[in-house]
Amino acid sequence: MMQKIETIFVDLADWFIVLLQGWGIPLAWADAILLLVQFLGVVAIVLFNITILVWLERKVSGFIQERPGPNRLGPFGILQTIADALKLLTKEDIIPSKTDRWIFRTAPILFMTVSVMLYIVLPLGKDMQVVDLNVGLFFFISLGSLSTIAVLMGGWSSNNKWSLIGAMRSVAQMISYEIPLALSLMGVVMIAGSLRLSDIVAAQGNVWFIILQPIAFLTYFIAATAELNRGPFDMPEAEQELTAGAYTEYSGMRYALFFLAEYTNLVAVSALASTVFLGGWQGPGLPSWLWIIIKTWLVMFVFMWIKWTLPRIRMDHLMAFSWKVLIPVSLFNIVATGFGLYIFKGLGG
Amino acid sequence: MNTMQTVMEDIQKTWGDQVEVLEDKYFDMIKVPAPILPELFQKLNREHGFNYLANLTAVDYKDRFELVYHIYSMPDNRKLAVKADLDHDNPAAPSAITIWPTADWQERELFDLMGIRFEGHPNLKRILLPDEFEGHPLRKDF
Amino acid sequence: MLQTEQLTINIGPQHPSAHGGLHVEAVLDGEMVTDAIVHLGYVHRSVEKIAENRTYAQYVPYTARLDYLATHLSVMGYVQAVEKLADIEVPERAEYIRVIMGELSRIASHQLCIGSMAIDIGATTGLLYCMRDRERIMDMFEMTSGQRLLSSYMCIGGIAEELPEEFFPAVHSFLQDLPSMIKEYEGLLFGNEILQARLKGIGKLSAQDALSYGVTGPNLRACGVNYDIRKIEPYGIYDRFDFKVPVGSNGDAWDRLMVRKEEIVQSGSIIQQALEQMPEGAVRSKVPRVLKPEKGREVYHRIEGAKGDLGYYIVSDGGEKPYRLHVRAPSFINLMVLPLISIGGLLQDIIVNIATLDPVLGEADR
Repeated sequence: MMQKIETIFVDLADWFIVLLQGWGIPLAWADAILLLVQFLGVVAIVLFNITILVWLERKVSGFIQERPGPNRLGPFGILQTIADALKLLTKEDIIPSKTDRWIFRTAPILFMTVSVMLYIVLPLGKDMQVVDLNVGLFFFISLGSLSTIAVLMGGWSSNNKWSLIGAMRSVAQMISYEIPLALSLMGVVMIAGSLRLSDIVAAQGNVWFIILQPIAFLTYFIAATAELNRGPFDMPEAEQELTAGAYTEYSGMRYALFFLAEYTNLVAVSALASTVFLGGWQGPGLPSWLWIIIKTWLVMFVFMWIKWTLPRIRMDHLMAFSWKVLIPVSLFNIVATGFGLYIFKGLGG
Repeated sequence: MNTMQTVMEDIQKTWGDQVEVLEDKYFDMIKVPAPILPELFQKLNREHGFNYLANLTAVDYKDRFELVYHIYSMPDNRKLAVKADLDHDNPAAPSAITIWPTADWQERELFDLMGIRFEGHPNLKRILLPDEFEGHPLRKDF
Repeated sequence: MLQTEQLTINIGPQHPSAHGGLHVEAVLDGEMVTDAIVHLGYVHRSVEKIAENRTYAQYVPYTARLDYLATHLSVMGYVQAVEKLADIEVPERAEYIRVIMGELSRIASHQLCIGSMAIDIGATTGLLYCMRDRERIMDMFEMTSGQRLLSSYMCIGGIAEELPEEFFPAVHSFLQDLPSMIKEYEGLLFGNEILQARLKGIGKLSAQDALSYGVTGPNLRACGVNYDIRKIEPYGIYDRFDFKVPVGSNGDAWDRLMVRKEEIVQSGSIIQQALEQMPEGAVRSKVPRVLKPEKGREVYHRIEGAKGDLGYYIVSDGGEKPYRLHVRAPSFINLMVLPLISIGGLLQDIIVNIATLDPVLGEADR
């Protein structure tokens, strides 16, 4: 029984291939179709996750701030997100007259596309990965930094000074935090000896990398918070200073796309954290795909906790923190890991 | 330390008949002609430690405007009210901004609402009402 | 050489941190502020002109709408000025109740200042915690007058009505919880390093500048000037209480906030003493229905408002309405230093400066 639950999605995929072949479709084509279906499945899971995530974020913030949070629609207000999504969908699509229309329209779509593509390489369970790239981690990091361009496009094309400042901040912040983010993951790559995410998960069979690489985890976590534009690094939005930063002129579904993409990124980054540092889908008892969900949600809860507790960092402190603290620390971590590995090998391990 | 009495004596010695001492229950109050205001303020500020212009306002008595300054000395905890009459048709007074920068917005407010010009003010524009507003609401004939 | 351009942005009047209707025109070089011009008047209601068309008693509710975050103090300044003008005695008990309500207002105002500063720099939870505690004061105001925010509870010659029974347990439990509230703010906000980095050394105002610009209240005391009208020129019965005047040293945003935090504690102690000393008796003296102060009399009365030196200048012509009424609004004068302390800083510091100067636009624009 346990085995069945464990492999339910894999079995489903196998059954799908057999079904397609039964219809006389050649294997190569069937694989391609399966890839598409898997991708759509991932998107569906992500969107479903986000509806709950948005609700949970409100509940968590309500809990921290001693207020009930949404509690009217459905049990515990769980339908609130759906109602909000419907509202945003039916809103008038306002494009201010002096914007660069083409870029203005593309920016949210690009942001969303990039965010969803992050999931392609994430192992969401045993043998559950859309594509197992040999440069999976590299792919993830490089795609993640693309979202900067979307924010810059949005801020620039809005033709609004607040948006422009927000976009500038966003670019400055993302570029400076991209470096410690990548560097902190390098320690893990050195130990695992591979950029392939499935290899990294497999390397954590005995001990999770959070124990071998605690500094890397910390630097990754901080840099990821900045990458996600979440508090205390929510500089590009900075509601109380820049009204809504890069998203000031966006409304309705276009705004919702930005909003969704940020949460998509949050899930992705948390999933990567649990994959790289928390042993991925491995865990006792429960099926693998449930383990990754549990770990991801735990990481996300910490993200929320931090956001609702800390004030926003000032822009110059933010940059100084990245260049003067995070980058040296993560570089040091790489050196230390190298020495550690060398000694470990010398001992014949 | 200067008592209020020496301050008043000093003022009366310097300007003689130009200074009129008024009766008031709570304040030492004097009335002077508007042109001597800058010199008076200079003296009060430099020599008698009146470092805080708490309140600057004006009253429209239909035939004249009366400027009222409530001046405090923080170190000695003394207070003095200075009044000056202004012509109703062309109210103008010297600005106190060089002595007490706090007069800046208070003078702008009086210019805005009462229509009193303060000569020597670097930026005498309306402050509360929109720039294109006509008239001065706190005047009795508004 | 790269051509750069300065960017003029308008913070307010429609802005999340505009505190009502403040409009600051900021000129930016990158994120650096090179010039800041304050525009006022978005909440201007010409209350001074209205005063000339209302009787003395009718005008009381208008004063409540000046500093609407510490309404009892605004009203207190006005009714005491009128009492001085018309030589009206106030019963002992009413004086004590005025002190209690006034100090509660001060606590509420300072709590909101801390809270709105917190949300202005992104610590949303800080606002909610302060609001939660302020709510208890609002409930007490509701008990006494039925109005939470703009209660015109004081009137000329005393207060409108005796305190209700349920007020006393509420105020006692509030005072009991006050230290733990402060502790919570310290844990969540003041102890936070990000917050300290954002406030310390920001918006520095020298004592010299503060004095010459007429800055008063907690903002002046943060610069190290010990000047509290409750001590210097005690009005009402403030000479009967034993309290300290918190004074800062640097005049930066951090000190402005610390002074307010300390003042909350001191106000709590004043309320405690007032509750202990309060005698029984009437709460309102006989005041003629239509008040006609002597012709030609005038009064300038000032109190220590929540934002600073709050003065009322009233001139009587012997009629039933004031001939002229002027409000010396501390928020208005304090805002004058905003450009001074903001230029040379970052855009984000303007927000901190506005929040810690704590202007109320209802009072600044009048």
